[in-house]
Amino acid sequence: MKNSSRFRQLLIGSTYTWMVVLALIPYLILFIASFLLPGDDQLVQSGLSFSNYQHLISPAVFSMARSSILLAGVAALLCLLVGYPFAYILAQSSAKVQPLMLLLVMIPFWTNSLIRTYALVMMLKANGVINQVLMALGLIEMPLQLMYTQTAVFIGLVYTLLPFMILPLYAALKAVDPRLVEAGRDLGANWLNTFFRITVPLTTPGIIAGCMLVFLPALGMFYVADVLGGARSMLLGNYIRDQFLIYRNIPMGAAASVTMTVAMGLMLLLYFFASKRLNREAMQ
Amino acid sequence: MDKPVIELIEVNKQYNGEQALSDISLRVADGEFLSLLGPSGCGKTTLLRLIGGFESCTSGTLLLDGMPVEGIPPEKRAVNTVFQNYALFPHMSVFDNVAFGLRMARKAQDEINGLVAQALKRVQLTGRERRRPSELSGGQQQRVAIARAIVNQPRVLLLDEPLSALDHRLRKQMQRELKRLQRTLNISFILVTHDQDEAFAMSDRVVVMQGGHIEQIGTPMEIYEEPVNLYVADFVGDINVLDGVIEQQSGPQTFAAMVEGAQVSLRSKRNVTPGQRVHVLLRPEDFRLELEQDVAKSRDLFASFHQAKLKGTVQRLYYQGATYDVEVTLEDGKTVQVTEFFDEDSEDLSFKPGDKVILGWYEGWEVVLPYEK
Repeated sequence: MKNSSRFRQLLIGSTYTWMVVLALIPYLILFIASFLLPGDDQLVQSGLSFSNYQHLISPAVFSMARSSILLAGVAALLCLLVGYPFAYILAQSSAKVQPLMLLLVMIPFWTNSLIRTYALVMMLKANGVINQVLMALGLIEMPLQLMYTQTAVFIGLVYTLLPFMILPLYAALKAVDPRLVEAGRDLGANWLNTFFRITVPLTTPGIIAGCMLVFLPALGMFYVADVLGGARSMLLGNYIRDQFLIYRNIPMGAAASVTMTVAMGLMLLLYFFASKRLNREAMQ
Repeated sequence: MDKPVIELIEVNKQYNGEQALSDISLRVADGEFLSLLGPSGCGKTTLLRLIGGFESCTSGTLLLDGMPVEGIPPEKRAVNTVFQNYALFPHMSVFDNVAFGLRMARKAQDEINGLVAQALKRVQLTGRERRRPSELSGGQQQRVAIARAIVNQPRVLLLDEPLSALDHRLRKQMQRELKRLQRTLNISFILVTHDQDEAFAMSDRVVVMQGGHIEQIGTPMEIYEEPVNLYVADFVGDINVLDGVIEQQSGPQTFAAMVEGAQVSLRSKRNVTPGQRVHVLLRPEDFRLELEQDVAKSRDLFASFHQAKLKGTVQRLYYQGATYDVEVTLEDGKTVQVTEFFDEDSEDLSFKPGDKVILGWYEGWEVVLPYEK
């Protein structure tokens, strides 16, 4: 009894320590740094300043924000279009098959996403797997230009983020009472009507959750666009990385980071309240 | 029954090799209130889902208005269901729930408004159109479910244990309302229930089921008074099972028999032969009970027990309000339950534990069945 409670304390304590040391403290440092100015021989120089945030209000940053949001939004939409049918089939399939299919969804999680992005290069490049297969089948004569296109970036984003869409959708679909679908059929609705009037409205919280879980990470995933798209358009993620690693302007990068985090936090908050309302309405 | 609205001919249903329904043949008349009665797992819900179109027969034919409906999906059948736990759409208002079927049938908005208002009036929910199902009580949700089904004017309304979630008083009230509704709408109702009282109170006919079979089909009175076997007799109300042997036929449909050690006279339409072992079934209220000393004293009373004279001892009394139950142990050790009405002339109970009693029954009220156990 005493041992187990001590074990629990240790477990919870180590989690908190981890969060404080590796997340909270670095973030506080970042937050403070965002109000400093870059130094000539040191990383930063002392003195409070809001100029970093003022610099963010510029057409260049706005344009980057716009293309980032567009990219993340389209990625979320694509994930929804691919993920909903998959989650639907998953939720309908037999209890034996479900764990296996879920496992297939989860397995890629166990590999770092940067490594998986490089693995995609192997698939997409001119003499990559996809082109070789298509040519061997005689479907194409010349290799397709897949790498360094917008398509490749979306393939990469969807591939990386799809599980975040499928899992909440699956959970939402599993929670839909099958009798409601039967009631719809009973009242004369065909499959399409039942789907759009009953299943989709009842899974709205899952749809919103999935879109948030794809959209927010996609905003910051600069490396996918870098590796697969050849960094054609600057994204917010690229901008932050460049401030830290190329221009050595740590306060500027910090300010951009903090702004983006606050924006994401606001969206999460919005989602939280929206889902709370939806759940209350869906409660029977 | 000239034109059945639903007809099942030797319908079988198997689930993963298990027989859920075997050789079900059944006709449901237009405007009839039919109950499927049986314990859970007897196949009654499967039968209902088969008619609704949610399951398909493994073999056999299902006719709706004379047309085979095999392969026709639920949305194309003129049948609506009131689901157990109602299955109301939580994201829609009461109005939208009730209007759902009409919208699917592409009715005009004016017509929809009128029909929904009418259906809600029928179930006394006028004024709740804008509410969400979650804002209603269980009884009100039940009414929405009924309105949502009847608004489509189906040929048959299927009800899957619709009242099981309601408390006793509300259930009684809804039973009467459902019956009234069925009379005014004049559509066939098929009710699935495990509650004998519910089935009897509402139905024109009752189908007693067990293990995927139909045991008996009949009016509530037939089922109660003329059960075809021990299972039906036992399922619909309390029953006393006495064992006996037929000795000889003493007249048309009349037999002399030895039952629980006593010489009795039995009436039965069944063909029973001398030497055959039989069960004699009697409801608790079918017995007559008198004190042994009273019967010995009175010649008239003695004569009135000529048909059967079983001797026993009163064990216990159970007060039931309007009646009281007497537990009597017969001379051969068998225990029977007897229901007695209070004697209007005396406030005391007529019997007390330890009393020696004579047990008989009203002539012809016994049910004679071939020996089963």
